[in-house]
Amino acid sequence: MTALLEMRAITKTFPGVKALDGVNLTVRKGEIHALVGENGAGKSTLMKVLSGVYPAGSYDGEIHYDGALAEFRDIADSEKRGIIIIHQELALVPLLSIAENLFLGNECAQNGVIHWPETFRKTESLLRKVGLREAPTTLVDKLGVGKQQLVEIAKALSKEVRLLILDEPTAALSESDSQALLDLLLELKDQGVTSIIISHKLNEVRRVADTVTVIRDGTAVSTMDARSQPITEDAIVRDMVGRDMAHRYPERTRRAGEMLLEVEDWNVWHPEHVDRQVIRSARFNVRAGEVVGIAGLMGSGRTELAMSLFGQSYGKNISGRVRINGKEADVSRVDRAIDAGLAYVTEDRKSLGLILEEPIRRNITLANLEGVSAGGVLNENEETEVSERYRRAMNIRTPSVFQKVMNLSGGNQQKVVLSKWLFAEPDILILDEPTRGIDVGAKFEIYGIINDLSAQGKGVLMISSEMPELLGMCDRIYVMNEGALVGELTAEDASQERIMSLIVTE
Amino acid sequence: MAIAEPTGTETKGVGEYLLAHMREYGLLFALIAIMVFFQIVTGGTLLRPVNITNLLLQNSYIIIMALGMLIVIVSGNIDLSVGSVMGFVGALAAVMIVEMDVPYLIAIVICLVMGGVIGAAQGYWVAYWKIPSFIVTLAGMLVFRGLSLWLLEGQSVGPFPREFQTIANGFVPDIFPASIGQALAPVFDARQVNVLALGTGIVAAAAVIWSGMRKRARNRAYGIVDEPRGFFIARNAIIGAALIFIMFKLSTFRGMPNVLITMGVLTIIYAFLTERTVLGRRIYALGGNQKAAKLSGIKTERLTFLAFVNMGILAAAAGLVFAARLNTATPKAGFALELDVIAAVFIGGASMSGGVGKIVGAVVGAFLMGLLNNGMSIMGIGIDYQQMIKGLVLLAAVIFDVYNKSKQG
Repeated sequence: MTALLEMRAITKTFPGVKALDGVNLTVRKGEIHALVGENGAGKSTLMKVLSGVYPAGSYDGEIHYDGALAEFRDIADSEKRGIIIIHQELALVPLLSIAENLFLGNECAQNGVIHWPETFRKTESLLRKVGLREAPTTLVDKLGVGKQQLVEIAKALSKEVRLLILDEPTAALSESDSQALLDLLLELKDQGVTSIIISHKLNEVRRVADTVTVIRDGTAVSTMDARSQPITEDAIVRDMVGRDMAHRYPERTRRAGEMLLEVEDWNVWHPEHVDRQVIRSARFNVRAGEVVGIAGLMGSGRTELAMSLFGQSYGKNISGRVRINGKEADVSRVDRAIDAGLAYVTEDRKSLGLILEEPIRRNITLANLEGVSAGGVLNENEETEVSERYRRAMNIRTPSVFQKVMNLSGGNQQKVVLSKWLFAEPDILILDEPTRGIDVGAKFEIYGIINDLSAQGKGVLMISSEMPELLGMCDRIYVMNEGALVGELTAEDASQERIMSLIVTE
Repeated sequence: MAIAEPTGTETKGVGEYLLAHMREYGLLFALIAIMVFFQIVTGGTLLRPVNITNLLLQNSYIIIMALGMLIVIVSGNIDLSVGSVMGFVGALAAVMIVEMDVPYLIAIVICLVMGGVIGAAQGYWVAYWKIPSFIVTLAGMLVFRGLSLWLLEGQSVGPFPREFQTIANGFVPDIFPASIGQALAPVFDARQVNVLALGTGIVAAAAVIWSGMRKRARNRAYGIVDEPRGFFIARNAIIGAALIFIMFKLSTFRGMPNVLITMGVLTIIYAFLTERTVLGRRIYALGGNQKAAKLSGIKTERLTFLAFVNMGILAAAAGLVFAARLNTATPKAGFALELDVIAAVFIGGASMSGGVGKIVGAVVGAFLMGLLNNGMSIMGIGIDYQQMIKGLVLLAAVIFDVYNKSKQG
């Protein structure tokens, strides 16, 4: 079989980061090609290069498509050639019908007047192709995620797709919906459609893929061909995580003290889809002076677990028991959770952690205004002194604490968020992706702060997508998958392979 | 130590400082420019004691409502119903006092409570049901307009007893012996001088300058970027002189109107509340980033609710002042006034998206609008042009804001 697509030595750099480093990828006509790798390995970036999101000229290397050099200027350009990408977050308009969505931007119209009978006729034939039994007039809003996914594929078919790219198509689907989708992919393959599928679910990859390419740290580390020899999940995992520990972590004397936080039988349902359970009977604990990690893929429910625990900031019908310092704790509202000794440092510091328009000083005191006031009246001198103290202790690089947080770099913003929560004097800090989007130097400083906290006898619960970070920092690691804690590993037992295999064998 | 840091910016140059603080100075400059302009074109009528008194009375209810509106807007909401609520409460007062002979003090209390209840009824939907405040208060605007028509049966009701009228039309009597005023009169070439008014002006000016100096000293201690000395002196001198000048003018007429005291006290209370208390700080946080505020343990729903209750009470107070001033309650009272109030707050520098704005800005914004109204009326400019000019001033102020922000980057 000949190659439909050849990407040669693709290199893409963002300011300060090399996202892709000389990636070669060959996709043959009529095959299903799987791309696997950890979060942030570069899979999505590679697909964005291919589909023209990053136009020709913004990357190095060559794309050969259908035997000729292709230089796509934008998505429309690549779509014209039959390359269609379906993103993880679906791009459907919820309050429009299936038919309207299918032909959005590509309407069956003459002089701007839509020909509805024609639209419906075409919609019905497309829906039959993907095996979706719904009326063309049904609102997309009324469909489950699985069926929405099928609508997306139908939309791709309407554009005469030759190369279909699916970014984690089954991440949000139930078991039976996933099976149906994979069957559809195999069927499309028989009809001559080539696809690239990005997935974390190795059993699915093994089932449908003809070829598997593993991406790690922006390079294609291996390509396996299912036709020459069967692909094992072990082989994929080994290539995914690699061997080297890329970062270094400051030393800490490990010493677990009294039990600080115990959570039992914690259940949370989705705030909108009330029948979807997001957290299933989670049970975990944190001791004084301990740094405990939660590993898991994106969407496994780590943030949801943390936020539901922190004053029920996420989810509905939350049930379970929380004990802090051996006593039953009321964490039903954020202020009560803070009073009980909890602090939650969000993964999304810009929209959930900071008030960007306000100065550092006012952000640091926000969670504990009582600490700088008497009888409800603020003492601004004290506030300035407090924030100056944190500026020095945390090494926040800024000319003054009167500087707007907006003007700080990511690492310094994160230090402001940490300062805010330290000033609230919690016993237990939940850190959600504490080093996301900050540079290596600032990361090292944050690790130092975490070690200091544990030395002071605080309990730290650390959520991270970077496995080396968890392995380098934590005393214990819980592994989370699809809303459940599926395993617990001590620092000695934990390895990237162990964690990954706990996740993928689920 | 922080103290070791250079106080720096004074060397940076006046121009640069001015550019960075264009907003605050711009408003002050605009106010002065407009005042000077009208003083000249009206041939000095604008700053006659009787006209200054009029200016204060005419704008008192707008300013009272602007205090509440600023808080509502800073919290990230808006209240379109205040004009109607004001009219409704005025009507309620008239019906109670004039038709039902309820003692006026009791009626005042009932009216203020009614304002609070109305605010609560609207705030409930906004805060706890997350219904956009624009819609809830648009509904309120229609409902309370209708209610005042119904209550008054389409008629004007009045007049009020004398005591009630003094809320708006009364003056604070001079507590100093008349002989002092008479002795001072020839010095200023005036027929009479109200010593209390003049004294209050001097004390107020001194207080402004003293607190400004205290703040400057404190900022210096922390090495914070500070305004150039010349600017500090000029700004305080202008504000101080303006206060004394206006109070002197008032003192040569009938002294301080009661509403001036009401406005002044309310402004000071709300400025303190917003800038110096935990409650005020939380309102800014709520408007600046509701999700972050909530995740910091702030009860965002309750705060939003309280902002509307407060707005209702202030709208009721404004309604009482308005009814007392006109000495009658009419079904059209307060019609479209919410727009003037909202405009004042935005001219004063508040941000539509919440989290930004100052009480003093809102008060100055209201005076600026009032000054335009008053000046153009004296000049005999038709209501058609007046509306257009006011609209353009509002637009210009907001464009100025956006432009400044984009330049600061």
